[in-house]
Amino acid sequence: MGKTLFEKIWDTHIVVEKENGPSLIYIDRHLVHEVTSPQAFDGLRMNNRTVRRPDLTIATMDHNVPTNNRTLPILDQTSKVQIQTLEKNCNDFGIQLFDINSPNQGIVHVIGPQLGITLPGSTIVCGDSHTSTHGAFGALAFGIGTSEVEHVLASQTLWLEKPKPFEIQVKGKRKNPHAITAKDIILSIIKNIGTSGGNGTVIEYKGEGIQDLSMEQRMTICNMSIEAGARAGLIAPDEKTFEYLRGRKYTPKNYESLVDYWRYNLKTDNDAKFEKNYTLHIDDIAPQVSWGTNPGMTCDVTESVPFPETFSKGDQNQKKGAEKALEYMALKPGTPITEIQIDRVFIGSCTNARLEDLIEASKVVKGRKTSTHVRAMVVPGSQMVKKQAEELGLDKIFIDANFEWREAGCSMCLGMNPDILSPGERCASTSNRNFEGRQGTGGRTHLVSPVMAAAAAIEGHFVDVREMDLN
Amino acid sequence: MQSFRKIKTILTPLDKVNVDTDQIVPKQFLKLVQKSGFGKFLFYNWRYDDHEHLKSDFILNDPKYKYSKILVAGDNFGCGSSREHAVWALLDYGISVVIAPSFADIFYSNCFKNGLLPITLDDETIEKLQREIGEVEVDLENQKIRTSSENISFDIDSHKKKILLEGLDDIAQTLLYEKKISEFEKHSKIPSVL
Repeated sequence: MGKTLFEKIWDTHIVVEKENGPSLIYIDRHLVHEVTSPQAFDGLRMNNRTVRRPDLTIATMDHNVPTNNRTLPILDQTSKVQIQTLEKNCNDFGIQLFDINSPNQGIVHVIGPQLGITLPGSTIVCGDSHTSTHGAFGALAFGIGTSEVEHVLASQTLWLEKPKPFEIQVKGKRKNPHAITAKDIILSIIKNIGTSGGNGTVIEYKGEGIQDLSMEQRMTICNMSIEAGARAGLIAPDEKTFEYLRGRKYTPKNYESLVDYWRYNLKTDNDAKFEKNYTLHIDDIAPQVSWGTNPGMTCDVTESVPFPETFSKGDQNQKKGAEKALEYMALKPGTPITEIQIDRVFIGSCTNARLEDLIEASKVVKGRKTSTHVRAMVVPGSQMVKKQAEELGLDKIFIDANFEWREAGCSMCLGMNPDILSPGERCASTSNRNFEGRQGTGGRTHLVSPVMAAAAAIEGHFVDVREMDLN
Repeated sequence: MQSFRKIKTILTPLDKVNVDTDQIVPKQFLKLVQKSGFGKFLFYNWRYDDHEHLKSDFILNDPKYKYSKILVAGDNFGCGSSREHAVWALLDYGISVVIAPSFADIFYSNCFKNGLLPITLDDETIEKLQREIGEVEVDLENQKIRTSSENISFDIDSHKKKILLEGLDDIAQTLLYEKKISEFEKHSKIPSVL
């Protein structure tokens, strides 16, 4: 019987295999950031251990860095200590660090591919659940906890139970690719399979609807695999993948010979078997807006806030969850989504802060102004994205429309830095999690695509971006 | 790592599904650089009001459950962020067993690195446990939960069980395979970054 792409990558990374129990898997790339690593480095010190492969390890600071003027000192002392701790750890253990002043600094899942560190067929880990992003390149990439960060630092391996392969077919063509984005595809998938629908699996996204996407759009899809509970998401590499990585800062010298190998080996065999399957048809999907407190609580922009009893399909837990979510979100069932007024707009995060995201959002914003009661900000995913966007004049478009134009970081996706919502504020956000308090205690998050966020900033409430003229 | 064998306390029923790690320990408390001291931040936004006073309507604040070490929760416990701080917070607060119909993958694996026992049981048994008011014994070695009226078995992977029972240092075990790791590296197709 044939193998899935996931199984091929898994099999070529087994160091030790046992009949029952986990396998020892080799890790090709380890990305490190300031929040989930300090305790891991401490563990190494306490046991007199070293970093086995500093040459496979890359660090940056992204989670709690301020996104305003970088020449100013960091005011939050605990953030400052965490940032300085990463500097010291990288220095002590010989790890390459892109620090706060580096032109390569940025969200770890944005800079990995941009620098050519992410490679097809490789295994990639990071102490961050959105590591699944790198799966867009046909890498097996997943988030780990701090103990596992320490384990990889010390041994370059991990003991892992083999997840089950899950095939998601995305069929059809989007009618309006500027308005219906990769974000709408992945939110539709999560809405349908649920936030635990992918638990214990690695999702492979396939079909015309995926092949049509650019690399940056594919990253948005794989990024949110974790929101469906999956360990990882991946997409078989094709010529778009190989072209994207060509000539980047850390693209390997023998790249073309690797491509020759990947082209024929990194795909799922026709007779391979998946444990689970799901198909999404995208011909007629609408822009998505989340209404609740997990990413599965999402509906079309043309719909209304659901009534918990209809949503539940008789499941008491689902009904209770929906009621609690609506209470937290201060939404009345039956309210049209387009009548929900917003206070803040956040265009950023490892899900949607790449150059294409900013270009698409700028087409909505160009020549317009944000609604007077909305505070909107753009936080590019990396300093490289910021620079490229500025070369295209995007910063001026956003600033002219009264958006704030920031330095790179995770920012208001999780609000570890000063960019947070005030209690009760409602935000249209291009990030990945609408959990209670995620963007600030008492803050209310609606997940949307960059163009939907931009449109909401202009109108002051959600609008169907398909009805707006793009510039 | 601390080992886990057996405990006996009352259960704390947390009747919520999809409890994400942002709720278990909110992000503003992730800035510490050590593993200790996260207990006071556990379920912070559910336990405390805006003036940092304990909310009387949250179950963990009921004095009855003060010494409970067993949390019983709904589906998909620990979803979301990979933050191991969630496990550190539970342990530091005093919880050493979490029982739920299902767990998110990263949280589940983080438990075994720190001596926290996650137990998966079917919905019906969980509902029964949620109503249990007496002390309950969780015995890992025999894979049993003993209530006043019942003896409930649970499944756990034998490798994971051993890790918890013996409090094994995972890394020391792995480094015994040094030769195999070096051998793998000789044949790896993926080149170094630098």
